Amino acid sequence: MAREYRTIEEVAGPLMLVRGVENVKFDELAEIELPNGEVRHCKVLEIDGTDALVQLFESSIGINVDESKVRFLGRGQELAVSRDLLGRVFDGMGRPIDGGPALIPEAMRDINGTPINPAARDYPNEFIQTGVSAIDGLNTLVRGQKLPIFSASGLPHNMLAAQIARQAQVLNTEDEFAVVFAAMGITFEESDFFISDFRNTGAIERAVMFINLADDPAIERISTPRMALTAAEYLAFDLEMHVLVLMTDITYYAEALREISAARKEVPGRRGYPGYLYTDLASLYERAGRIKGNRGSITLVPILTMPDEDKTHPIPDLTGYITEGQVILSRELLRKGLRPPVDVLPSLSRLKDKGIGTGKTRADHADTMNQLFAAYSRGKDAKELEIILGAEALSEVDRIYAKFSDEFEERYVSQGFTTNRTIEETLNLGWELLSILPKNELKRIRDSFIEQYYIEQREG
Amino acid sequence: MDNRSRGKIIKVSGPLVIAKGMRDAEMYDVVEVSDKKLIGEIIEMHGDEASIQVYEETAGLGPGEEVVSRGSPLSVELGPGLISGIFDGIQRPLDKLVETEGSNITRGAFAYALDREQEWEFEAELEPGATVIGGDVLGIVQETVLLAHRIMVPPNLSGKIIELKSGRYKVTDTIGLLEDDKGVRHELSLMQKWPVRIGRPYKEKVSPAEPLITGQRIIDTFFPVAKGGTAAVPGPFGSGKTVIQHQLAKWAEADVVVYIGCGERGNEMTDVLNEFPRLDDPKTGEPLMKRTILIANTSDMPVAAREASIYTGITIAEYFRDMGYSVSIMADSTSRWAEALREMSGRLEEMPGEEGYPTYLGSRLANFYERAGMVRCQGSDDRLGVLTAIGAVSPPGGDLSDPVAQSTLRIVQVFWSLDSALAYRRHFPAINWLTSYSLYSDKIDRWMNENVTPRWSTLRQDALKLLQEESELEEIVRLIGHDALSDGDRLKLEAARSLREDFLHQNSFDEIDTFTSLEKQHRMLELLMTWYYEATKALANGVQYHKLEEMPVRDELARLKMVPEDRIVDRAAELNAQMTRELSALNLGGR
Ligand SMILES: Nc1ncnc2c1ncn2[C@@H]1O[C@H](COP(=O)(O)OP(=O)(O)OP(=O)(O)O)[C@@H](O)[C@H]1O
Ligand SMILES: [Mg+2]
Repeated sequence: MAREYRTIEEVAGPLMLVRGVENVKFDELAEIELPNGEVRHCKVLEIDGTDALVQLFESSIGINVDESKVRFLGRGQELAVSRDLLGRVFDGMGRPIDGGPALIPEAMRDINGTPINPAARDYPNEFIQTGVSAIDGLNTLVRGQKLPIFSASGLPHNMLAAQIARQAQVLNTEDEFAVVFAAMGITFEESDFFISDFRNTGAIERAVMFINLADDPAIERISTPRMALTAAEYLAFDLEMHVLVLMTDITYYAEALREISAARKEVPGRRGYPGYLYTDLASLYERAGRIKGNRGSITLVPILTMPDEDKTHPIPDLTGYITEGQVILSRELLRKGLRPPVDVLPSLSRLKDKGIGTGKTRADHADTMNQLFAAYSRGKDAKELEIILGAEALSEVDRIYAKFSDEFEERYVSQGFTTNRTIEETLNLGWELLSILPKNELKRIRDSFIEQYYIEQREG
Repeated sequence: MDNRSRGKIIKVSGPLVIAKGMRDAEMYDVVEVSDKKLIGEIIEMHGDEASIQVYEETAGLGPGEEVVSRGSPLSVELGPGLISGIFDGIQRPLDKLVETEGSNITRGAFAYALDREQEWEFEAELEPGATVIGGDVLGIVQETVLLAHRIMVPPNLSGKIIELKSGRYKVTDTIGLLEDDKGVRHELSLMQKWPVRIGRPYKEKVSPAEPLITGQRIIDTFFPVAKGGTAAVPGPFGSGKTVIQHQLAKWAEADVVVYIGCGERGNEMTDVLNEFPRLDDPKTGEPLMKRTILIANTSDMPVAAREASIYTGITIAEYFRDMGYSVSIMADSTSRWAEALREMSGRLEEMPGEEGYPTYLGSRLANFYERAGMVRCQGSDDRLGVLTAIGAVSPPGGDLSDPVAQSTLRIVQVFWSLDSALAYRRHFPAINWLTSYSLYSDKIDRWMNENVTPRWSTLRQDALKLLQEESELEEIVRLIGHDALSDGDRLKLEAARSLREDFLHQNSFDEIDTFTSLEKQHRMLELLMTWYYEATKALANGVQYHKLEEMPVRDELARLKMVPEDRIVDRAAELNAQMTRELSALNLGGR
């Protein structure tokens, strides 16, 4: 039963202390009714005897200690789910903002979810074709993977994310596909970019959006990704769809978390972020995956802007420790004119090995991938040397490698945000580039593939 | 009534619950919290208030709900049925929970760690009348093709066997009776229990001197770990900690492997679950899963159980060590365990040490690694048991000044330093050969000289020296370019490059390359170094550098990795002969 109290003792930032409560539970949801009748939400962070420490999900502006009422609801925070989620736009707290009607719920789901039993997981191994060579060819994404984009402010991560959402497909299947989009603290323009892109391509029909903008209360951001993942879980594991979840921007999410931690006066970890940031992020990211005996899947692409473009900053660092690789965008490549500016060397898809090869992409995929990496890396070294010591310092082979690395960037990586390449096209392009190198340099490729695919340069 | 103390919750803060009325409970007692019967453990007592870490999600708990102590500390069940199993941090069998609870872990879910229904064929090895002490082997249960599960007299019992019969038993059935010297009779069964936070007893520690052969070239050749030793693999994300741990779990010479996924990814456990049953042990040809036990407390599972998972794992490992087996334990990642410790410590409002970690971080870590070792086991037969412990460390930003990394390095004997620069270049395993070390290497060199080739320590030293020289030369190249190098230096660089690419680089995902026997490691190293020694001589002899570099045999040397184990000796002899031919041609013609 709902229990109502007028005993708010203090409000400090996103926290509020309510005294003299009875029968209140940890993590329980509550409502605050302001004198003007407005209702806001909060949840119990700690319950100590008859004191409840609650965390506001919305702004504390206008809360009056004496006249506001707190009502405990006896349940956690929930999201109404049904197939009709598709095509809808919600705010960060799950309220419709598209002018449409409230959802008629098929079920109510606790937004915190429950951990997937590792013994029930199915290993992600189905190739997703994103049409982006730097991803498909070298950092292959598979269904059920969590692969973040590490970016920085001013880089075109949104263009890349939208391109992936638009183009992603699993070869040879009729299964249903959906996109769940969670915006946390991004600007109206950024969010509008996604919404219009989804609208223009018709993708909106198969999309669910949860939007918390930069000027929305920061504290709501804590719930936004959980709302999105709860919707995704319903679509994936109840309706057996393949769901791609895009979340942007994890950095703002983590900042909201830091705000609460600071308000609770917890011992801060690195750069003021709470010590449990890893566990908290994991409770989001680990909701991606596949489950045995279920056709659906959740593939997660979180986007984060690295503060100071520093990969060792706690947010990218802890994300990298949880996700299964990362796609890294580079300002230097953008300056060179590469679109998308994917820095393939430090990028990595850890699940690529199980999603490629015969029957998935092509038999030569693994070998060419390794060779492209090695060659590009060597080419970049050569170019660096060239800058310091001049072109004469390069050996004959190194000059070829330098040329290779230029062409690789221009043709392979910089494909633009609208080109959609099949995996065949990507692999063939890889061979065209590798054929710039002398055959005997291709040490990582089996001879049979070299015979089959290497393109002999014409003499003269 | 019963002696179980009962109290009431007064505070709930995340995984920490405080209950009063618990005066009779003891530190580390297991408690059941609320009518949901969530499992927790008392980690602090103040008067009649107990601070409890709860191993499950605490949402929905509130003051007034009941807390009941079980009157015993957190313990694991030890007996047939452990092998091939997957358990969570407090030893709940995850595969069984999928059957009863579905794909997600629900709260208060319960299943016995060891199946109560399954029957095992027990073969008694002692007769009634025998006098026994703790650790003596009563008989055998052939648990899997790979593992004879030795049923032992529990550590604290000794006396005379009154009854003992072979037959089919469930783990809880009585298989015999033992009378201690006070005349008290004890029922014997296939199963024992042991509290996880207390190391199982042994007679004495023995100093480790034999290598744990892992089949990983850079490890076995350069930075070996001893059987019964301790090693740490620190590195930034994506540098290859998990792959190395998986490789060791797969290929390191062990009778039993305990793999703890501690606060890491669910998919990595699934990977092991899928792959190990399909991979064959190189020694026995049987699936690796038949000697493997998994403990999985992934990053999204409750953090308090993550703290316990390390102890659950090592206690199980000790139990198999006590049988006289060689057991390896891998913990991925000890940093996540330390974070769980930190989180509980923060909730307890303890005085924080460095980076918010509790001041007892170092002693807890030492405590864990100290449970490794080569020991003379309990029991009359003086058998040796081995427990090798290997922990991954995930320092923030890969920075080794992190308290967990620092405390670990003070304890462990082997340090495999993973390097993000190598990982970016896809040089795997990304173990940095300049900064890694093994404190066992002198002893193991001796073992290798006796057991593999008398030239082992020379080859190894020379190879390491060559790599060291390479890094100095590269420094020079960076400053003034290749042209400044003498031919002798070029040769060094080339030999070092080949050592790196053709020997140290090892692809874990290639069927052949994934494991290299000592014999093959020896042949590869010997050939590569021979080229270096001989080419150096030839150069002094007036042979031109580029001719040496272009010797056809070198392409073949680069492919040695891919030569199957059963062909390596022949192939090495062929290449040796080819090299000699090519060199003598050059030596004759090159003047
Ligand atoms: N020996 C190896 N052979 C081939 N590839 C490897 C090897 N070691 C690592 N890799 C590659 O590096 C990736 C990352 O390795 P791994 O998952 O072991 O990193 P990690 O250090 O455990 O990272 P995290 O701390 O995030 O868990 C692998 O997915 C694989 O692609
Ligand atoms: Mg790992």
